[in-house]
Amino acid sequence: MKGGYKLSEKILELNNITKVYEDNTVIKNLNLYVRKNEFITLLGPSGCGKTTTLRLIGGFESPTSGKIYFEGKDITNLPPYQRKVNTVFQKYALFPHLNVFENIAFGLRIKKVNENEIKKRVKNMLSLVNLEGFESREISSLSGGQQQRVAIARALVNEPDVLLLDEPLGALDLKLRKEMQTELKKMQQSLGITFIFVTHDQEEALTMSDTVVVMNEGVIQQIGRPEDIYNEPKNAFVADFIGESNIIDGIMIEDFLVEIFGVKFKCVDKGFDKNETVDVVIRPEDITLSRENNGKIEGYVENVIFKGVHYEMTVNTKNYTFKIHSTKMEPKGTKVYLDVEPDNIHIMKKVR
Amino acid sequence: MKRKNYAYPYVFWMTIFVVLPLFLVLVYSLTFKNGLKAGITLSNFTRFFEPIYLNVLLRSINLALISTIICLLLGYPIAYIISRTNIKHRNTLILLFLIPMWMNFLLRTYAWMTLLEKNGLINKLLTSLGLSPLNIMYTNGAVVLGMVYNFLPFMVLPIYTVLIKIDKSLIEAANDLGANKFKTFLKVTLPLSLPGVISGITMVFMPSVTTFVISRLLGGGQFTLIGNLIEQQFINVGDWNFGSAISIVMMLIILISMSIMNRFDKDKEGVNLW
Repeated sequence: MKGGYKLSEKILELNNITKVYEDNTVIKNLNLYVRKNEFITLLGPSGCGKTTTLRLIGGFESPTSGKIYFEGKDITNLPPYQRKVNTVFQKYALFPHLNVFENIAFGLRIKKVNENEIKKRVKNMLSLVNLEGFESREISSLSGGQQQRVAIARALVNEPDVLLLDEPLGALDLKLRKEMQTELKKMQQSLGITFIFVTHDQEEALTMSDTVVVMNEGVIQQIGRPEDIYNEPKNAFVADFIGESNIIDGIMIEDFLVEIFGVKFKCVDKGFDKNETVDVVIRPEDITLSRENNGKIEGYVENVIFKGVHYEMTVNTKNYTFKIHSTKMEPKGTKVYLDVEPDNIHIMKKVR
Repeated sequence: MKRKNYAYPYVFWMTIFVVLPLFLVLVYSLTFKNGLKAGITLSNFTRFFEPIYLNVLLRSINLALISTIICLLLGYPIAYIISRTNIKHRNTLILLFLIPMWMNFLLRTYAWMTLLEKNGLINKLLTSLGLSPLNIMYTNGAVVLGMVYNFLPFMVLPIYTVLIKIDKSLIEAANDLGANKFKTFLKVTLPLSLPGVISGITMVFMPSVTTFVISRLLGGGQFTLIGNLIEQQFINVGDWNFGSAISIVMMLIILISMSIMNRFDKDKEGVNLW
């Protein structure tokens, strides 16, 4: 990515949004803005409110309280057909009574675009999603991947300012999903459209996005670049949800010093109370094993699995079973000592 | 025992109660019996094409078409509104629609007689309001009213069934692509509900065109419809041969109209509904 993180103006802003269904609060005081040409992903487990957030932006739901601004204008109560956003639905929602051409042309026909223009734009879209020659095919005769492409074309042909994608790759098999990930990212960059993408797949979120918004129980846990979310998770939930991690209880002895299972480790965090109990998050690949007694945490290798690029080992210590990824294998039953670089120790305030 | 053997009771049943009677009707329609003479003839059919009987046929089709159109115009909005209501109230509404159907068909038609009579409830109400009484009884209007009342549920139910099956996300997709409520209905809901409409039309048109009870009770017997004609041939005139010929013609008309309707219904969804 040239120039790294390109900052541009806000296109969409959610201001203090709360959504309550009967007595169930799905979204709590959500604040979020989206910049032009950004690929932003709402990531979280099912029921975290990510799809509801997307539906609020699309106009299919209205918030219980709070405002939504589009290019500075309040669109909170605007119906979907007056918003300059288009949606790729989770199960595609293609019109079964229309063929591929008419599905894609639907939005243009509503806008009364002239016939030649429609033909030209649909044709362009079909070549963009690699479906040339599929014009007169029935929707029911298409594979899942092809339907997916038609759904994307149907939304993009309207040249929306913002494209909403609700877990669009969820129904595809792994290989096709990977291909579509790359293609979607390419499309987004070449068309210069803002993408708001919803997924529960953390890998998908990290690969495609400029910005990831991690949500849980209707609350935003962290907003940041994929690297930041992965390397500097703000709390134990994010750390646990994004990739694998070891989450351990620790005691913050003083600034830059934490005690884990009776062993003191240098770290880079500060600003906690003296002897405060904290969550310590360590990524499996950040732990180094040594056979020499270096005074760190002692344990025994319990299990080794070869994963291709690395070995996945579980190491039993007195208090906790660590997950460790390493290219260097220690055989089962070996007595090892676990060490971590100060940079790789992430200290988080206990949530509860 | 082989699976296939389970089918035999049904084959037996169908033969005795469907195939055999149909065959008998066909035989009667193609034969004549005049005193001692009997033989094969097509005269029963040619007789049907005399103007007096053709007029009966035309009148039947005409009244049945009018009833079907009225049922469609009333039934579609009803089905649409019920399908849009909250799921809790939906079943109650459908039930309210079905309860009259649990009562005997004759009884319901007799009820209309007492309502429409010269000194019936409706006219009493009108005169008490100072309006002039209406002469509805024994008119085409009364027959159409009876048909619409009796057959409306057959229009509402198939349309309703198709409407509730339409994926909500298709409606949202249309909204998302810029279609307002009216355009969404026109371009998505209506075309997707066509199978229900087609099956509703068939289910209303067929009993309407063959009915003889409604036309006799509410039409007072002065408007002979095709159903009445067949009934007369069997019960009063005793000409079973001619009666059978008319029945065969009727069956052909229904078969032809059904195959035309089915052509509109590409996916055969409407046929599967009933």
